[in-house]
Amino acid sequence: MDPDLALLLNGIVSGLLLGGLYAAAAAGLSVSFGMLDVVNIAHPAFMVLGALLVALLWSATGLDPLLLSLLLTPAFWLLGAAVYGVYHYFFERRGDEAIQGLAFFFGVMFLIEVGLVLAVGPEQHFADAAYAATTWRLGEIDLPLRMLVPAAVALAAIGGLALFLRRSFTGRAIAAVAQDREALRLLAINPVRIKRLAFGISVALAALAGGALVVVQPVDAWSGHVFIGRVFAIVIMGGLASLGGCVLAALAFGVVENVTATFYGPSWSPAVAFGCLLLVLAIRPQGLFGRAA
Amino acid sequence: MSGATLSALPAAPPRRLGHAGFWLATAVAALLLILALRGLGSEYAYFAATFVLQYVVLATAWNILGGYAGYVNFGAAAFFAAGAYTTVAIGKALGLGLLPCIGFAAVVGGALGLGTGVLTLRLRGAYFAIATLCLAVVLQTLVVNWSYVGGSRGAYVLRPREVPFGFDSYSGFLCAVLVVLAAASVAVARTIEKSRLGLGLAALRDDEAAAEAAGVPTLRLKLVATTISGAMMAVAGAPLPYLGSYVEPNSAFGLAYAVNAIAMPLIGGTASWAGPLIGAVLLASLQQAATVTISSAANLLIVGGVLVVFVCVAPHGIIGLFRGRR
Repeated sequence: MDPDLALLLNGIVSGLLLGGLYAAAAAGLSVSFGMLDVVNIAHPAFMVLGALLVALLWSATGLDPLLLSLLLTPAFWLLGAAVYGVYHYFFERRGDEAIQGLAFFFGVMFLIEVGLVLAVGPEQHFADAAYAATTWRLGEIDLPLRMLVPAAVALAAIGGLALFLRRSFTGRAIAAVAQDREALRLLAINPVRIKRLAFGISVALAALAGGALVVVQPVDAWSGHVFIGRVFAIVIMGGLASLGGCVLAALAFGVVENVTATFYGPSWSPAVAFGCLLLVLAIRPQGLFGRAA
Repeated sequence: MSGATLSALPAAPPRRLGHAGFWLATAVAALLLILALRGLGSEYAYFAATFVLQYVVLATAWNILGGYAGYVNFGAAAFFAAGAYTTVAIGKALGLGLLPCIGFAAVVGGALGLGTGVLTLRLRGAYFAIATLCLAVVLQTLVVNWSYVGGSRGAYVLRPREVPFGFDSYSGFLCAVLVVLAAASVAVARTIEKSRLGLGLAALRDDEAAAEAAGVPTLRLKLVATTISGAMMAVAGAPLPYLGSYVEPNSAFGLAYAVNAIAMPLIGGTASWAGPLIGAVLLASLQQAATVTISSAANLLIVGGVLVVFVCVAPHGIIGLFRGRR
């Protein structure tokens, strides 16, 4: 095969795998920001918290990192429900969520990051899965398992969540709270309880994404920063409340970043990806896959 | 048309300091501060005062858009660093000193603010905030890849040997420049707050649709506010290369600037010019004290903790506490 073409194909494929990781990071935000209208900019910080906890537990037990992150999800669900409780009590109830709520999550993000630096130190932590060194080869295309397995687990989790939102009563109530919270009251459902449940789910997804992240790359306390822009970009490009759009946008984002990095050097890839977001905001603010408001 | 509607807004209460009076008062306060610091004459006093004052400028600038108009800018660090790198680039290209570079920084920051505003201010809500986050990433990438200003290695900016205007040291001169900038930015903020521009911004902060319906030219006012705010944030950053003689992308785009620019006005109170001033002086002094006595990681923890506690229990800031709960 022509080496340039092989390089391009490899760039696209590993971009898709990277996109799977981005989808995991963005899916939780698609629930909290897209559906619940809670601008949780601390979401990547929760993800990094999950990643570092997984790394610590891994070095203590030696279990599979993704399994550990799955075991962490109930604790993160409780954490998310508690954070939403505070947010609702102080901001949503008073109608102050615009600036004060944003600043609250900004502060929470900061507390998590600095707390992590003080607790586990500023150095990078990692967790090696048993399959991390294996690479499948399909002709000229490499499929490293350390990218493939987290992406597959993430997409499976998102698929499960989509099924839950589509099929179960509670899931449909979560989708409904995104559209009209007052209408839920008429059905005798407490919208605050539903939002607390859904916010817990979004933070639990952050724990899972953290597990995927720590398999892919070493993580330090500040690793969340590069993800803030990315996940918001993905959720907006995906049309806010649509999980399917979010996955497609994440894959596209991963491919654009990775192909740029392959051909023009990795230091340019964030600028290209965020340039895309600025263009989307300027031209099609409802997102690539969203409906016009 | 819109001008006529605007002038129909109720006039401010009659007994207050006029614009000229306020500018005069800040000029006197600035002069006294410079003389007091000169009297102290210690290099550390100059450094600590410069540190606090650059946050006064940054917080006041952020508040013009964030506090008066209610649009959150997460990219304060981007504007700040744009100012710092304008100083580096202009200083290297034209060999100019600090003062002309501050003027160039204002132009660059204003253009940046206007550009971001044109792209995103037609949208409401969180989109502007997220676009400013992206702006920070894009600008940092550009600077990292721009080898003329040092790229990711950073750039050295040597202080001139001769000290202008008869100051005892270059730190003293730098500190005096920042006193003047801080005084001017507070006066600009107060002038905007009490002018028709400020009234229009307050109207669109409270209810944008209602303001639009009442004939307030919301888009134009928002663009003016973003431009002024961006220019002032860049001005705050312009002296940074001279402060440490060295500047590199990770510290110039540091999160500390973005967090502080938001935390200081919110802690002081966003509705008035005094809020960011109080918040910046308190929080920056606290951080300077914590950096010296405890550790620099702890000082960021303090900022985060104070911010969360304040937005929870005192939504109108310190000023709101004194004015009583509404």
